[in-house]
Amino acid sequence: MTVTTPTTEITIDVPVGGETEPHKSLGVFHDVWVIARRGLIHMKRQPEQLSDATIQPIMFVLLFAFVFGGAIQVPGGGSYKEFLMGGIFAQTIVFSAFGVAMSIANDRKNQAVDRFRSLPIANGAVLGGHAVANLLKAFLPIVLMSITGFVIGWRIHSSAVDAAHGYLLMVAFSFAMIWIGVLLGSLVGTPEGVTGIAFAVLFPITFIASTFVPLVTMPEPLRTVAEWNPTSSLSDALRELFGNPNTPAVPSDPWPIQHPVAYTWIWIVALVVIIAPLAVRIYRNSITD
Amino acid sequence: MSNTHPIEATGLVKRFGEKTALDGIDISVPAGTVTAVLGPNGAGKTTAVRILTTLSKADEGSANVAGFDVATDPTEVRRRIGLAAQDATIDPLLTGFENLVMICELHQMPRKAAKARATELLSEFSLADAGSRVTGGYSGGMRRRLDLAATLVADPQVLFLDEPTTGLDPRARNELWAVLDILVGRGTTILLTTQYLEEADRLSDDIVVIDHGRIIAQGDARSLKRQVGGDNIGVIVLDANRLEDAAATLSRVTGATAVVDAPNRAATAPTTAGVAGLADVARALADEGIEAEDLGLRQPTLDEVFLTLTGLPILEEDDERAEEVA
Repeated sequence: MTVTTPTTEITIDVPVGGETEPHKSLGVFHDVWVIARRGLIHMKRQPEQLSDATIQPIMFVLLFAFVFGGAIQVPGGGSYKEFLMGGIFAQTIVFSAFGVAMSIANDRKNQAVDRFRSLPIANGAVLGGHAVANLLKAFLPIVLMSITGFVIGWRIHSSAVDAAHGYLLMVAFSFAMIWIGVLLGSLVGTPEGVTGIAFAVLFPITFIASTFVPLVTMPEPLRTVAEWNPTSSLSDALRELFGNPNTPAVPSDPWPIQHPVAYTWIWIVALVVIIAPLAVRIYRNSITD
Repeated sequence: MSNTHPIEATGLVKRFGEKTALDGIDISVPAGTVTAVLGPNGAGKTTAVRILTTLSKADEGSANVAGFDVATDPTEVRRRIGLAAQDATIDPLLTGFENLVMICELHQMPRKAAKARATELLSEFSLADAGSRVTGGYSGGMRRRLDLAATLVADPQVLFLDEPTTGLDPRARNELWAVLDILVGRGTTILLTTQYLEEADRLSDDIVVIDHGRIIAQGDARSLKRQVGGDNIGVIVLDANRLEDAAATLSRVTGATAVVDAPNRAATAPTTAGVAGLADVARALADEGIEAEDLGLRQPTLDEVFLTLTGLPILEEDDERAEEVA
């Protein structure tokens, strides 16, 4: 007795077996955009993964402004809420490397890497797509925090040029952090590992800095670490560019404290010039055998 | 250029550190035919597919696929092949439609044409209704269908399927087999890997048996089965007390020594006489008054093939995964 299992009706009318000519390349920008669009859909479909760029920064603004705010004095005087905003911006931007690393690690876990590599796409299109998607993602927390800040009383007191410089600095630093994320994701390789590293490394980096509290309150050697930490300089640079209160620099302070904007730009350039090519190479090695 | 043999590989060697995954493999697949690479876990099947599909570089040897060298012209190869990897590699966060559109676009189709092709493929693969749903919620069979549709977006000359039926229920497996029949009928050249002789037999014109990175046997299913001594006749008796009698009858009719599996009340003996031999055994058992619960002709399993070819049982080396991440 034979039992025939019912099968789904499948017909194939598309060309198969090499009936048509392969399609001509549409170029690297096309491929980058296709992969970037996928990254944006991922963000839309995983709001919980996006929380580090949405809910978390808003929560931090509210927490620090209202819970700790009353206990923290800005040495030069002025509103702690306004002092806080530069730090929250900086922390969120530094932490954005986490999201990039997660998407790189997830690609490997889901074997998307192999799928892409079996397709006729331009060299570097996969990383390019991740970079574009994450750069676009970076605008979201910047906008959300600006609105939240405005609601609780944060104001920009500087010229339009300085303010624009501040926002440009944030976008540029976000771009630089993408490559830290690529490096981290390629080195660690698993989403679980990335989560572990993020909380063991990225969190301390964003806290041992002038992010939430003036550096004068910190003991040595923590204070020296914080003074040279680019999270401090990014926080201070934003305070300076937005005309917000900050601890006044004194001649005995190290160079980064006295020139936060320049020091931050140096970090951005260094990350892009040194870390980006290294990250690309390590990423390539991590996916080929 | 080799249009008569779209897959042509010679002397492929691949090492992962100390371990040699492929130890000199030659594969040649004539146009419009199906070759099955048969072997246990860790034999090197996936490694071979990865080299032929440009995902991995061979340490030695060379391979031409669809007329181009996989090492020097990988992009040209990729434009002409489809690959269904072992685990369906569709994006779980995208809908079925979005998955197909993305792959069409990465095959360099303009967006409009990509959408049209994706819609067409979804309906051909009975996924039109599911196309707007995120694939994370698809059943295994649906995922495999979508994966297969994805391999067809660019009109591939050559299709690679790495253990396409692993983890599929019989219904999904039948669907897949039916699709492969259609594709071969349309002139697609196919290389697939499998752990099942039955599947290799059902689907392929030629079978390459590999073990520890080497080819240990090659040929069509019939010649391969001849090498391993044909089919087996198996009987399960109703009354355990008659098992020895049944085994004796089986041995007498087949002229071979029957193997007794007492706990299962079963006796098995090899035969080259096919269905006629089965009829002889049935008659002899009836004459002896032995009632059979089950009597059948079955193909040797991969284990039996390996036992005959290598004299050794399959050593399960579960390093196929290690190869993938390496």
